[in-house]
Amino acid sequence: MSLLKEPDYGTPARVGDAVVGVEVDGQHVAVPAGTSVLRAAALAGIDIPKLCATDSLEAFGSCRLCLVEIDGRKGTPASCTTPVEPGMRVSTQTARLEKLRRSVMELYISDHPLDCLTCPANGDCELQDMAGVVGLREVRYGYSGENHLDAVKDESNPYFTFDPAKCIACSRCVRACDEVQGTFALTIAGRGFDSKVAASADVPFMQSECVSCGACVQACPTSTLQEKTVIDLGVPVRSVLTTCAYCGVGCSFRAELRGDEVVRMVPAKSGGANEGHSCVKGRFAWGYATHRDRQLSPMIRESITDPWQEVSWDEAITYAADRFTQIQAEHGVHAIGGITSSRCTNEEVFAVQKMIRAGFGNNNVDTCARVCHSPTGYGLKQTFGTSAGTQDFASVDSADVIVVIGANPTDAHPVFAARMKQRLRAGAQLVVIDPRRIDLVRSPHVQATHHLQLQPGTNVAVVNALAHVVVTESLLDRSYVQQRCDLVEFARWEEFIARQENSPESTELFTGVPAEELRAAARLYAGAANAAIYYGLGVTEHSQGSTMVMGMANLAMATGNIGRNGVGVNPLRGQNNVQGSCDMGSFPHELPGYRHVSDDTARHVFEQLWGKTIEAEPGLRIPNMFDAALSGTYRGMFVQGEDIAQSDPNVTHVKAALAALDLLVVQDLFLNETAAFAHVFLPGTSFLEKDGTFTNAERRINRVRPVMAAKTGKQEWQVACELATAMGYPMSYDSAAQIMDEIAATTPTFAGVSFARLDELGSIQWPCNDDAPDGTAIMHVGGFVRGLGRFVQTPFVPTDERTSRQFPLILTTGRILSQYNVGAQTRRTENLRWHDEDVLEIHPHDAEDRGITDGALVSVASRVGETALHARISERMPQGVVYTTFHFPASGANIVTTDFSDWATNCPEYKVTAVQIGLLTTAPDTVDFAQVAPGLAT
Amino acid sequence: MSGPSGTDALVRMVNQIARNVSHESDDEAARQIASHLSAFWAPSMRAQLIAFVDAGGAGVDDLALAGLGRLR
Repeated sequence: MSLLKEPDYGTPARVGDAVVGVEVDGQHVAVPAGTSVLRAAALAGIDIPKLCATDSLEAFGSCRLCLVEIDGRKGTPASCTTPVEPGMRVSTQTARLEKLRRSVMELYISDHPLDCLTCPANGDCELQDMAGVVGLREVRYGYSGENHLDAVKDESNPYFTFDPAKCIACSRCVRACDEVQGTFALTIAGRGFDSKVAASADVPFMQSECVSCGACVQACPTSTLQEKTVIDLGVPVRSVLTTCAYCGVGCSFRAELRGDEVVRMVPAKSGGANEGHSCVKGRFAWGYATHRDRQLSPMIRESITDPWQEVSWDEAITYAADRFTQIQAEHGVHAIGGITSSRCTNEEVFAVQKMIRAGFGNNNVDTCARVCHSPTGYGLKQTFGTSAGTQDFASVDSADVIVVIGANPTDAHPVFAARMKQRLRAGAQLVVIDPRRIDLVRSPHVQATHHLQLQPGTNVAVVNALAHVVVTESLLDRSYVQQRCDLVEFARWEEFIARQENSPESTELFTGVPAEELRAAARLYAGAANAAIYYGLGVTEHSQGSTMVMGMANLAMATGNIGRNGVGVNPLRGQNNVQGSCDMGSFPHELPGYRHVSDDTARHVFEQLWGKTIEAEPGLRIPNMFDAALSGTYRGMFVQGEDIAQSDPNVTHVKAALAALDLLVVQDLFLNETAAFAHVFLPGTSFLEKDGTFTNAERRINRVRPVMAAKTGKQEWQVACELATAMGYPMSYDSAAQIMDEIAATTPTFAGVSFARLDELGSIQWPCNDDAPDGTAIMHVGGFVRGLGRFVQTPFVPTDERTSRQFPLILTTGRILSQYNVGAQTRRTENLRWHDEDVLEIHPHDAEDRGITDGALVSVASRVGETALHARISERMPQGVVYTTFHFPASGANIVTTDFSDWATNCPEYKVTAVQIGLLTTAPDTVDFAQVAPGLAT
Repeated sequence: MSGPSGTDALVRMVNQIARNVSHESDDEAARQIASHLSAFWAPSMRAQLIAFVDAGGAGVDDLALAGLGRLR
């Protein structure tokens, strides 16, 4: 495939019913009112020369290259800043315009290095293109005058350089940082000839507020901001449209290559989720995919104390199949199972769950979504009828009040956060419900109207109090409830929620949220024309996670905020394919499409197609698998792309369970922590090698196209097929597309999905079937999936994990922008430059009480374990709460987290662990790490 | 320290479920507990817990016992 270039229409699209007809160079074109002349011309196929204009940014009108003549008007207005008017007649090519444009270009080039042949952007430079387009042949002013050619290049950022000598001060980078990303890290310093782009207070990029999203690099029309990989490898020559493998936003990228080597990842404007934007991970941190640490050959060993032995695929698969079969022969059909991965494609996940249900002959299949969003699956199904976010991302553009609960989008879902911030800057109001003062609470041009800084573990009490205010202050949307909801259940809920125990004044005592502020937030939410809830793992990873999801659903239904644009209850999924792995039947109680295994009709669909009886009873969930392993009834396990020995809570317990297994098969890119307990290692494929689909947090199914051949020689779904076949259940597909065809044939919500349709439409949001042939952007329009929306009573049941004199602080965990999940990917990139260890954030008072200074090494001890981290004193934290991330094995964050879990789903309670923090007086290099943090010793 | 496993873990889980439906009438709570265990617990887990109850069932809440009773 050749290099894909997306068209640039110069200025953003305008939306509206009113259409304006104009004539450009004799061609008639009709465009929405408000469209610029520049864009109208581009839509008519007429490219007006431009430099400061690009269609991701509002018009600026500084370069004076896009000048046009308009009949009846004086002068030569800039077409980018001139909106179309009815009957307007525009000329884009006249002798006068040509002369003006040449003069403008002459001035630009007079202060630009004449090094095109050695410039990394040679052939991919708008300035170079425009010089050609306007026919520039000479620069009359010479080059000896004052210029910027000796300006010093800033190479501080690991991913791109800033060469001010090549800057034309068009402000595209500054505007991209402001308008698209919303970080406001760049500015134009100085005036007139001294004007220059400056990061923060004119410091190197790495010392500035820049978050390395790449928007400025993307916007730069010259080589001023340039990817280092392009400098090193050259301009790419071909591209493949694919999907990022980091968070649940699911950004579309053009992988641009030379040969089989990726030169850069460029966010695609056509991407439904990201519309041309990116973050530091997706844009730049893809080097892990070809990292030298990757294990590319299968390996086996008899015992986990033996050295690994590289073997052929056939040998490894036969070995694993024989041992799985032997375990079942000796201990029964239920003695084995497996875990699917939210990092893998829908097709890979579908194949693994099929291998387990049909090949293993049981339902012992679970997924890593167990430890993140399983309460979303439970809670939204109970209330709305299906496990899915209700909106598309674009819906936030229409929200008037945005409530962010237990999520930190600027770090964990940065591209969506950028969009959310655009809406907030345009006037929407924000309520943040989080123990920490996350960036959204106050950042450039964004300030939360309310920050409900609750005690960890009291989410349900807070959401109940919000609903209490809605009910008792008559803020209900009764008309909506009467039309859309089960009134019997509603009446019971209304009586429950109105009880005094749910009032803000009663709950303030233990939530810590001032009653008046909570009441004000409730009034704001209920009074908005459109109010939307976005939430993350700060909701789900609690012992009441499922209750909280239902509580939010209750609140949204009570105020009529479900079923249209701008509203909704929206889970922000952590990994790239959390939604998809759940959709594909990864839970032990559900077949693909969220149909319970006891549903005879659904089960028979698969039984007929697969030629195998499917058990009608649920299998083991991940924590149950660990417990069963320790009790000796569960003895063999297949783990697809998940590092449970690092990511799951109380890893001491997890490791004991893994060590108890007779057979552990790990399929992964790297020899991770879990692989230390494995007997068979099957190498996995990176997202650059996969062929399939990911489904993002808005139910958008995106194609993952292979950028290069699988370095392991096999797609992962092929491995699952071969393992099942070797165990006596023949399973094969010709292609990933054929797997999607099987998914569509068996799963009503995917009935209209195929690779051909995805290629045609770009992406599809499920449900996609005869009722919605192009997919569904917004769910529950006109009626809930379950029919009538169901209010569920949500009493607050506190966690059993309590603070005490011995463990007086609450530890909560989360993520940081530059790192991802257990860090297996991002730790193998230059993102380490921003974050090379997990640290413990602690409030100044808590630190002072313990004699802890910033940077000190401290012990973090809970009832189940102890680790050591460096302290960062931070007023983001409320007193009594400490925080860390879990991106590094050495930090051992999950050595201290406990086995407490959500009552309905067993999702671990990562967010509440009672701990004590103590200063380690021993210098770090003399600490006995084997004692304080076993992970640090290795 | 390893957390509770085996029967101890199951007792903790069923008691937690019982606490979360205890706002219902006893009869409805027992029905919901039984329904939840049927829908989400593997048969081996239910059987293990019922066997533990049959052997005395120390530590299992009354409401949880009522729910388990409906699974027999």
